[in-house]
Amino acid sequence: MSARRRQALLWLAQRASAAVLAACVVVHLATMIVAVRGGLSAAEILARTRGSLAWTAFYGAFVVAVAIHAPIGLRTILAESTGGHRRALDIAVGAFALLLLAAGLRAVFAVTVG
Amino acid sequence: MTTLSVRVWRGGPGENGGRFETHAVPRLPAQTVLDVVTHIQRRIDPTLAYRFACRVGMCGSCAMTVNGRARWTCRTHVQAVAGDGALEIAPLAHFPVIRDLVTDMRGFFDKWAQAKGQFVPTATRNDSFARIEPAGKTRRAVDAAIECIGCGICHASCDVVGWNAGYLGPAALNRAWTLVNDPRDGGRATRLAAVAGDAGCHACHTHQSCTERCPKRLAPTASIAGLKRAAALAALKGQIA
Repeated sequence: MSARRRQALLWLAQRASAAVLAACVVVHLATMIVAVRGGLSAAEILARTRGSLAWTAFYGAFVVAVAIHAPIGLRTILAESTGGHRRALDIAVGAFALLLLAAGLRAVFAVTVG
Repeated sequence: MTTLSVRVWRGGPGENGGRFETHAVPRLPAQTVLDVVTHIQRRIDPTLAYRFACRVGMCGSCAMTVNGRARWTCRTHVQAVAGDGALEIAPLAHFPVIRDLVTDMRGFFDKWAQAKGQFVPTATRNDSFARIEPAGKTRRAVDAAIECIGCGICHASCDVVGWNAGYLGPAALNRAWTLVNDPRDGGRATRLAAVAGDAGCHACHTHQSCTERCPKRLAPTASIAGLKRAAALAALKGQIA
């Protein structure tokens, strides 16, 4: 695959993940506000999320979208501000994407499986 | 008669390559910034280098940085930009300075060529005229972007051009967009490949400085947005190798 095609597809992936994030952030914030105002304790929240396939799927998608969206944006910022070596940059942001994915999925696992 | 205090860049690029010189220029009714520069060259210092041709906003050769902002000097009235009687005139940003107010436009127009800004004919002289619906979607997209005079103001105003030397820039991409929407053109796939990616349309941050400052009131940002969609779709379909 040529560099230009890969870069165009990265742009598309960032746009698509942004659309997913827009929905996820709204649902996440609304859920947080409802839970807090409803006076739910941490234990009560965990009782609802553990074993829930819906919450697992929702936060799993949220984490995947973050792991796609943020590194692509970071790659652009670093390229413009440092003028650095593209190959090294791609490896660095690829590692950052894996870190986000691992940390995010670990958190999802903690609240849905335990 | 009142006078203007005019600081004009003399010499080459950068702080060490030249300096601003200050001149007093008579203030006249309906005076343009180009009139001011011309007065300095003809009455005060004949060695001042600057570029102009038509004086009526058609040729795109007289753009300069006026009080910190890129403008076409022939259509910029002093009254509109120097209310306090002070003018600072410098060469366009993001262009190599040749001398004084004259910049080297070669790199700028080379980028038009890199963006495949040439029409690629698909018909011969034996074919009939192409029938283009004037109110059609593609024709209207072309109409909205076609009046570019190549003045370089958008290029000088673009942050991304400053950050990314390889970036094709708003003018070249705007030109490519007019051809992408031309049904007579046969270079679409090659052109979309040429404008895709980190040095092309996908590098644009949509700051819209080009659109705000275009003296012809074009919207290169909208053209670039169209290219982003078209090029990404082409990449998805495997039409960009």
